[in-house]
Amino acid sequence: MSLRDRTNAAIGAETLPLLTFLCVVFLVFSLVTPLFLTGANFGSMAFQMPVLGLLTLAMLGPILSGGLNLAIIYQANISGLALAWVLIEFGGSEAGIGAFLLGSALAVLTGAASGALMGAVVAYFGAHPILVSLAMMIFLRGLGEFLTRGSDISGFPDYMNVLGHGSFVSIPVPMIIFILAAILWHIMLKRSRHGFSVYMIGSNIEAAEYSGLHTKRTLVTIYAISGMICAIAGIVMAARFNSVRVGHGEALLLVTVLACFLGGIDPFGGFGSVFPVAIALIILQALSSGLNLIGANQHLSTAVWGLFLIAVMVLRWVGMRWRNKQLGGT
Amino acid sequence: MPNVFQKHSVEMRLSLVLLLIVVGLSIKTDTFMTLGNITSLLNNNAVNLIWAVGLLVVLVAGGIDISFAVAASVVQYLSAQVFVGLGGGNWVVGFIVAAGFGVGLGLINALLIHGFQVISIVITIATFNAFFGLLMFFTKGRNIYNLPDWWTDRIFIFERQATDGTWSELNLSVAVMIACVLATWALIRLTTLGRQLYAFGDNPEGARRAGVNIWQMQIVAFCWCGMMAGIGGLMQVNIAQEVVPNALYGRELDVLAAVVLGGARLGGGRGTVVGCILGVMFVAITQNGLNLLGISPFAFQMIIGATILFAISSSNLKFGRSGKARLKESAT
Repeated sequence: MSLRDRTNAAIGAETLPLLTFLCVVFLVFSLVTPLFLTGANFGSMAFQMPVLGLLTLAMLGPILSGGLNLAIIYQANISGLALAWVLIEFGGSEAGIGAFLLGSALAVLTGAASGALMGAVVAYFGAHPILVSLAMMIFLRGLGEFLTRGSDISGFPDYMNVLGHGSFVSIPVPMIIFILAAILWHIMLKRSRHGFSVYMIGSNIEAAEYSGLHTKRTLVTIYAISGMICAIAGIVMAARFNSVRVGHGEALLLVTVLACFLGGIDPFGGFGSVFPVAIALIILQALSSGLNLIGANQHLSTAVWGLFLIAVMVLRWVGMRWRNKQLGGT
Repeated sequence: MPNVFQKHSVEMRLSLVLLLIVVGLSIKTDTFMTLGNITSLLNNNAVNLIWAVGLLVVLVAGGIDISFAVAASVVQYLSAQVFVGLGGGNWVVGFIVAAGFGVGLGLINALLIHGFQVISIVITIATFNAFFGLLMFFTKGRNIYNLPDWWTDRIFIFERQATDGTWSELNLSVAVMIACVLATWALIRLTTLGRQLYAFGDNPEGARRAGVNIWQMQIVAFCWCGMMAGIGGLMQVNIAQEVVPNALYGRELDVLAAVVLGGARLGGGRGTVVGCILGVMFVAITQNGLNLLGISPFAFQMIIGATILFAISSSNLKFGRSGKARLKESAT
């Protein structure tokens, strides 16, 4: 095994091309605006990225298993509501750290339960994950609107500010949470029995079943874990916006799918890893922040994200053709 | 007859459930089975159904289109510009322009999918972002109210005054919806192209070896969906009386849920126009019924979501995750 093969196996074959893209994006923006390569810009990037990053990790497991979870935003919102409810019960801004921990536990439980339910329907009824998660999305959105009547819930204790806006050794706290989660995800997918099952199910669920993997239980676990990380994202969102509203982060839903595909995750499942997805996230954030610095609005970044994904797909196609030609030539 | 049951089990079951709901609502409320309620149900869901049959063709061909709803918004804007340029226009010009732009946007999807061998969900999520982002960027999120009169004038194809003085009427969008539904039915049921779409959706490689032109299939599917998106967009303006750039954002997933609920298989090769109608009407009638029963509007979405989730779980839909399962299914 050559060094290249070994690095590819460890961090994913998409990593090096994506790192090149990242360098190009950084280079272009630093030439265009002097504001790009500044601590302030990197600071704001590091505060903005984690919510999208955590939600993308929630999307990652289901896609790797050959499915999709379209309910992630509302799972995050509903989990945030669970936390908010506990905090309000314990006196709102007066609530102690114990109430926060209890609320967070309830939030994670809520996320896990909604995820497990989806996983169970996918696994035991053989229904398509897109349909199941769509139905769950509509249900949770409705539940949230029913509970909140479409309004904001705010008035959280001050210490939650640290979670959303604080820094630890000059790294933003949300970023630390994302980095820890990403490392955990990498270990889970590459080193654990569960991760192995995820890849096998994504490659060929029937072969996995006949090989003695408990595919149904694994599917339930995949969606439950996806729900748990949604809850973490929901908690970070509550801290960042200092409020919970059903529909916060709606626009991020399809961006998380975009980030996964950009990071080289196979849309049919079975192939891909965390590291290139993390780089894809940094690229998306850099594009958005850079465009923002030169005075373009968020909508232009949305368009650029879409066009960028198309460009990457075209380049991958060109690369594939080129490699095939090389193989054919020798 | 048992064959019909087996072949269209999802449609059969859904129509039974729908029938139960309709009977239940007719007994429980005296407002459901009125001409006024039925016509407003049709008026309110015409555009959704136009989009649904467009999406159906893509699903049958084994693809998925996330971009059609924002594509409809793009068509609305481009059409509005063209009508200003033409100094007015009329319905004939309107249909040609809107359908033309829709086909053009569908063609972009088809070209990218086929040309670079990328699965449709990746491309349509990319074009979804690109279309929406560019639309919001160029319009700066501003609405257009200043539209040609012919576009916003209400045209009724049917009207009747009840004895108590209330009017019930069907507007133009219902006629267009019927035309679109019939055209789609004819396309996928009566033409060779339609049979090829099913074959291609069920097994692309098999269809290719049997001599089906893959390139043509992608173009037909995505351009048809784009055309329906455009026509739906045109009719939506007729109803809403204004063009709002982000009004249709998010509608794609609701339509998708309804179409798949109606038995179209994600993965291709299966789906009917009747199922499509049932899926859209199921969601619409559930919502309408909740409204008539006096349940809080805040609870509607929650109950609809739960109903769909329940419908999936109880109907034991087998979408067939692999080619093998599909082969087994087609053999029976």
